[in-house]
Amino acid sequence: MTRLLLEWLDSRTGYRSLMHEALYERVPGGARWRYVWGSTLVFTFVTQLITGLFLWMSYSPSSQTAWESVYYIQHEMQLGWMLRGIHHFTAQAMVVLLVIHLLQVIIDGAYKAPREVNFWLGLILMKIVLGLSLTGYLLPWDQKGYWATKVATNIAGITPVVGEQVQTLAVGGPNYGHHTLTRFFALHAGLLPALLIGFLALHMYVFRRHGLTVPDPIHKPDSTFWPDQVLKDGVACLAVLATVLFLVMYHGVGPHGGAELGAPADATENYSAARPEWYFLFLFQMLKYFPGESEVIGAMLIPGVILTILALMPILGRWKLGHSFNVAFMGGIILGVVILTGLAIREDSGNTDYRWAVADAETKAERVKELAELQGIGPAGAVQLLRDDPKTRGAALFAAKCASCHRYAGHDGVGRVSAEPATAADLATFGTREWIHSILTDPAGEKNFGATARVPEVGERFTKGEMAQWVAECVTSGKLTAAELNTIVEFLASLSEHKLRGPVDQTLVSAGQKLFAEGKDGVTACYDCHAMKVSPDPEGLFEGSSAQIATGAPDLTGYGSAAWLRDFLINPGDKRFYGSHNAMPGFGGQLSDVELKLIVDFLLHNWLEKPPAAGGAAGSTH
Amino acid sequence: MSQPPESDAGPTTPDYLVPPEPRRNFVAQLAAVVVGGLTGLVPLAAGLATFLNPLRKSVKDKLAPSGSEEGFYKVAHLDSLSAVPQAFKIIADRKDAWNTFPKDAIGSVYLTKGDDGKILAFNLTCPHAGCAVDWRPAKKAYHCPCHNSSFTADGTRAPDSPSARDLDSLEVKVDTNGAVWVKYQDFKTGEKEKHPA
Repeated sequence: MTRLLLEWLDSRTGYRSLMHEALYERVPGGARWRYVWGSTLVFTFVTQLITGLFLWMSYSPSSQTAWESVYYIQHEMQLGWMLRGIHHFTAQAMVVLLVIHLLQVIIDGAYKAPREVNFWLGLILMKIVLGLSLTGYLLPWDQKGYWATKVATNIAGITPVVGEQVQTLAVGGPNYGHHTLTRFFALHAGLLPALLIGFLALHMYVFRRHGLTVPDPIHKPDSTFWPDQVLKDGVACLAVLATVLFLVMYHGVGPHGGAELGAPADATENYSAARPEWYFLFLFQMLKYFPGESEVIGAMLIPGVILTILALMPILGRWKLGHSFNVAFMGGIILGVVILTGLAIREDSGNTDYRWAVADAETKAERVKELAELQGIGPAGAVQLLRDDPKTRGAALFAAKCASCHRYAGHDGVGRVSAEPATAADLATFGTREWIHSILTDPAGEKNFGATARVPEVGERFTKGEMAQWVAECVTSGKLTAAELNTIVEFLASLSEHKLRGPVDQTLVSAGQKLFAEGKDGVTACYDCHAMKVSPDPEGLFEGSSAQIATGAPDLTGYGSAAWLRDFLINPGDKRFYGSHNAMPGFGGQLSDVELKLIVDFLLHNWLEKPPAAGGAAGSTH
Repeated sequence: MSQPPESDAGPTTPDYLVPPEPRRNFVAQLAAVVVGGLTGLVPLAAGLATFLNPLRKSVKDKLAPSGSEEGFYKVAHLDSLSAVPQAFKIIADRKDAWNTFPKDAIGSVYLTKGDDGKILAFNLTCPHAGCAVDWRPAKKAYHCPCHNSSFTADGTRAPDSPSARDLDSLEVKVDTNGAVWVKYQDFKTGEKEKHPA
């Protein structure tokens, strides 16, 4: 029955001779491993078609949804990380295999007559693959792809005569945005694969016409493509697949493995870690040697000359020394690429700014995913999550606005350590019990007011000022016991809105209030210098003349609250705060309300955080 | 192009073009099929797993709107209802794949209050094929613009309607503050009986 059906099918389609044609190609000298490279390239392309098609079903190309949909694929969809990982690393495998294939063709002289046309077809295929790689790099719309691709389109912009038009057409408008993505996506998933399929078909057709380039036909008895060579090809493809899977799972099995996804693209956030995909690093490095107007030489002239010589190889190969020249030329290119890539990597690894930028990019990438999980992504897209995030954005503002004088746990808020010594307090613990205790026991300590003494205009105003004297007289001397001191600490901490403060001990607070207001024998009250109001104030502790006798003793009403801190940042020289003692610039005119809030929330740890996993009970005293 | 049946076996590939298949090791053939199949299956499997993602229970749960109390949404105040059907929006935190839209409209219901104080709530979706019905004051009927199903004010289907059942009524309750709560849910269309979708 089956046999009859197949015969009928053959009579209508002639599939048998087609299958025969396809499968029983003669392999002179027997199947060999050296013939597998072309097949592995076909395999990688088919893999890209399959995985690309499935990715397409979940991808949404617009500047508010591209990163978000890729995030969803990677973190929410079943095996999405695996799908994306395979697509990402197979793309890289394809470039490597392409180079191997090209090298083999040149070394074996397979570009010579009668195979010139097929060599040219191969070069076209190479450019299509590189085009796919370039367009695909942008699609996740993360910082890395965004900034790296921007460089690529800017380079297109320096093309003589038509550069500006080419760039505008590629970008789809004056700026990067929705239409950049729709255009790149149409190229990546439509035009380029269609071209690749067409040229691949021609490439294989011409290949079959001329057959394999066989170095020694008497190696072994002749064989056929099926099954001997197919098996060898299959094993090679399996090895490629295994390598890809290894790379996919190298950084972990699950959403945290697979292909990288950086923070969402943000045109207003400088990204100093921008680098092209590793196989374009040599081009990136080369551009460093062609400054200014000469960029066009490195970006276009040299690559253009190299590609032209490659294309001319079949003709050059006709001369006596042509083949040797071709092989030497190819060797030279490879050497050049390896050296330039090596230099690029070496320069980066010795560059602390770059290494910091990479670490910072990783922090933000992790953070935005955490925020997406904690609060969901709003209609404005994930980029807004980071812009509103005190933990990263507030830290960056601290680094930009505060860290020229202040420190944050010894660094600038985002992990960079300055060579210059600090000239103001380290604010990492501001508003916590630890901070208050430290000010009350060691006001002149390096992390407190000690650093201000480095500023000549400030001098010893704080380190030997009235506060320091009070501490020496009342605390260091032991007049105030440790327990008593703690009540004051607890009282002031009760005013703080630091998110990790935890619950307060009301008994201690009451005792602290009293001590703050009235002092005790031999201990001057805090209230004698610092203004204070509490509510409720049943005992009327702070009803007397609001003190603020000493200039430079800040009003401590609501000390460590968001409102206090905000007012302080706006004008620390207000008489409520340091008055004429002040040495800090006011930020009222410099920072917007949003920015002020971000810094305040950063200092008070007021940001969304995943509840600590069982065991790590930070900030909880229950 | 039809050919007489007897020539069906005709132009098969001529024998001389099909040389005897080389005697090959069966193991090699099997290995080639297995190895080749494996390489194709892995990317396909990853793709299919992602494709089938919407069928997962956890995904459905995660994408369900939040903001209801046991399925009931606060929709309107008792005083704003009358005997004439009015459409009210159901407000909830809507989710769409990666996006969360806080306090967004997830659907609408028609509410009426009869003279006896009885409150009726209807899902706007026509039970026939899922278009949205309109209240037509002139005809005093709910009318479906797609296939002309028609329902009276109490949801009963008009005799010649293509819809197989009456409009889908929804559970209603009124709290002590006079707020009207509706248990908003969708039902499968095209069936005679009402089954939650």
